Amino acid sequence: MKPFTSLARAMLKGFFRDKMAFFFAVIFPLMFLVLFGGIFTDQGASRTDVIQVGSVPVLDEAPKEVKAYLDESLDITRSSDEKDAVQKVRKGDADAVISQDGDRLVVRYSQADQVKAATVQGTFQSIVQSVNLAQTGEAPRFTLTTDRVEDDSLKSIQYYTPGLMGWAIASGATFGAATNLVVWRRNGLLRRLRLAPIPTRSVVLARVAVSIAIAIVQAAIFLGVGIGLFGLRLTGSWPMIIPLLVCGTLAFMAIGLLAGAVAKSEEAAVGIANFVVLPMAFLSGSFFPLDGAPGYVTAISKVLPLKHLNDGMLDTMVRGEGPSSAIVPMLVLLGFAVVVTAIASRLFRWDD
Amino acid sequence: MRGRDATVVMTSPQGVGARLGFRLVGVEIRVEGLVMTYGDVRAVDDVSFTVAPGEFFGLLGPNGAGKTTTLEMIEGLRKPQSGSVRIDDHEPWRREPALQRRMGVQLQSSSFFERLTAREQLDTFGALYGVAAGRTDEMLEQVGLVDKAGVRTEDLSGGQKQRLSIACALIHDPEVVFLDEPTAALDPQARRNLWDVLRTINASGRTVVLTTHHMDEAEVLCDRVAIMDAGRILELDTPAALVRGLDAPVRISLAPGTLSVDDARAIAGGDPVTADDQGTTITTREPSRVLTALAQRDALDGLSVKGASLEDVFLELTGREYRA
Ligand SMILES: Nc1ncnc2c1ncn2[C@@H]1O[C@H](COP(=O)(O)OP(=O)(O)OP(=O)(O)O)[C@@H](O)[C@H]1O
Ligand SMILES: [Mg+2]
Repeated sequence: MKPFTSLARAMLKGFFRDKMAFFFAVIFPLMFLVLFGGIFTDQGASRTDVIQVGSVPVLDEAPKEVKAYLDESLDITRSSDEKDAVQKVRKGDADAVISQDGDRLVVRYSQADQVKAATVQGTFQSIVQSVNLAQTGEAPRFTLTTDRVEDDSLKSIQYYTPGLMGWAIASGATFGAATNLVVWRRNGLLRRLRLAPIPTRSVVLARVAVSIAIAIVQAAIFLGVGIGLFGLRLTGSWPMIIPLLVCGTLAFMAIGLLAGAVAKSEEAAVGIANFVVLPMAFLSGSFFPLDGAPGYVTAISKVLPLKHLNDGMLDTMVRGEGPSSAIVPMLVLLGFAVVVTAIASRLFRWDD
Repeated sequence: MRGRDATVVMTSPQGVGARLGFRLVGVEIRVEGLVMTYGDVRAVDDVSFTVAPGEFFGLLGPNGAGKTTTLEMIEGLRKPQSGSVRIDDHEPWRREPALQRRMGVQLQSSSFFERLTAREQLDTFGALYGVAAGRTDEMLEQVGLVDKAGVRTEDLSGGQKQRLSIACALIHDPEVVFLDEPTAALDPQARRNLWDVLRTINASGRTVVLTTHHMDEAEVLCDRVAIMDAGRILELDTPAALVRGLDAPVRISLAPGTLSVDDARAIAGGDPVTADDQGTTITTREPSRVLTALAQRDALDGLSVKGASLEDVFLELTGREYRA
């Protein structure tokens, strides 16, 4: 036990004292979270930006129940300069100009942003209908209840946190294992450790333990920032991310060991690791959803370990699926780890 | 406690054995017909020798002679392509922990954990060998790195790194020590300090094997030396026997102006005489005759007498010309 703990401690100190490694494993992915969180933060709940010109009784004198809906969906500013207001819509500074001409509600919008245009039309369509209905004084016969199926369409942070976290853990484990192997092989420490009365397995296990510890630190920081700054809400089976990230760490350490076994220099190891992990992150939906991606992309993504890690994280952290949803991703990751480790150990060298 | 009485002694710094005045049994190394080739290069070519328990053994040879490769096979880092190594009755390439605990190894290039301080390196290596924590301070003291204990190895000087690497090799008080050019980067004081450390270790019965390019060091420290070149052992004996075997003339030098060149020639009686502004030198195989004659003329000012050294033996055996 003692050799194992002292090796693990030495590796951990080495990692936390390496400011660059710490930056790329923790701060760098976090920057993306802050960036994405900031850009997309209120996309789902965004209100339509409306400039009201003159008096619009439909809005101003709307019955109570309609008023509530208006407040929820519209952000109204008033202006008396119609030309200027239209210009604002043209430039995208506002979504619509609204005015009333007798019984006609006039909505002017820009077709530049088609999603916005559709939202504007839909919103006012329903406002007019609600007001009409209210005028008749009849209780509505049909009512519509909407409920979102997934949490991640509610707020983008729900989607980005698991994906970026998966990417951070994947690159942390890959780079850590790859550079560790190359540096120790090149400076002769592997050979020196080979002469120490410890089994090779304690060196490997120490590295595994350190990588898992780093992954847990990454996850804790991600969740802390997500929850604290961007209102991330975790769903029931989120603790499953711990076994998930253990399996993910094993899979990506295996990739790192393979890169380290093949590479002659630290730079080459980092290059290979980047070459593998970065495209994988894109293809696994770490940076943006793959919903609109062509079929071959989703087909490729199915064989990528990061896709399974991300799916497992999404399902358990934010989609509210049960703990069992993590089982398939975990099995895939473990299988991947076994196969890649077997290849890496065939290419492994103690010295250059 | 492990069963051997030797290991009981090992648990203490400097060896209780040395202090109590009894010696370890020591470790015997038997090397037979070692061969290692890299492509066409026969790095080690049929090398055989035996290092007796408690012996201080030196491997000498020019760059690329095969010293490191030989040492690596003895340490168990490489499996011999043919031939065998036995340390007591163990084959080191099998990497038996019981044997490895008794072996201390300093590799030719220092290898440390990244971004750890000198103290942390020693603590870590100590833990790998199951050594009590107090050992670190003793080792820092022994290699003169006490005030560098908190410095990261990346910030140590070359010689300080080397001293730390030696300390890491000795942390578990091994019964046999392998050192590959331990004094290569050391200043004269540190070199002599290391000599003392190694002598103490050896005096308590531990076997020491080192390689070096410093002939004076080998002459001072080693009981026996093997001179290698191109993968083969050319000579193996005590330094004194090797020097004697060279049967080289003695060089007698005098300060400038003590004696005219003609007088020197007369005294030399046919032995070669050289003169330059450093002085006059007579190279002779009859030093007593020459010295007597010089004394009669009262011409002993600034006299120096130099016999052959191990360095002469080395150059004689391996050639004087520089090989790139
Ligand atoms: N890993 C290797 N691959 C190929 N050739 C090697 C390897 N290691 C050593 N050699 C060759 O084997 C020969 C012996 O090398 P070795 O390192 O044993 O020499 P050495 O006596 O220790 O030299 P030095 O005094 O420079 O340390 C050299 O010609 C060297 O080029
Ligand atoms: Mg060498």
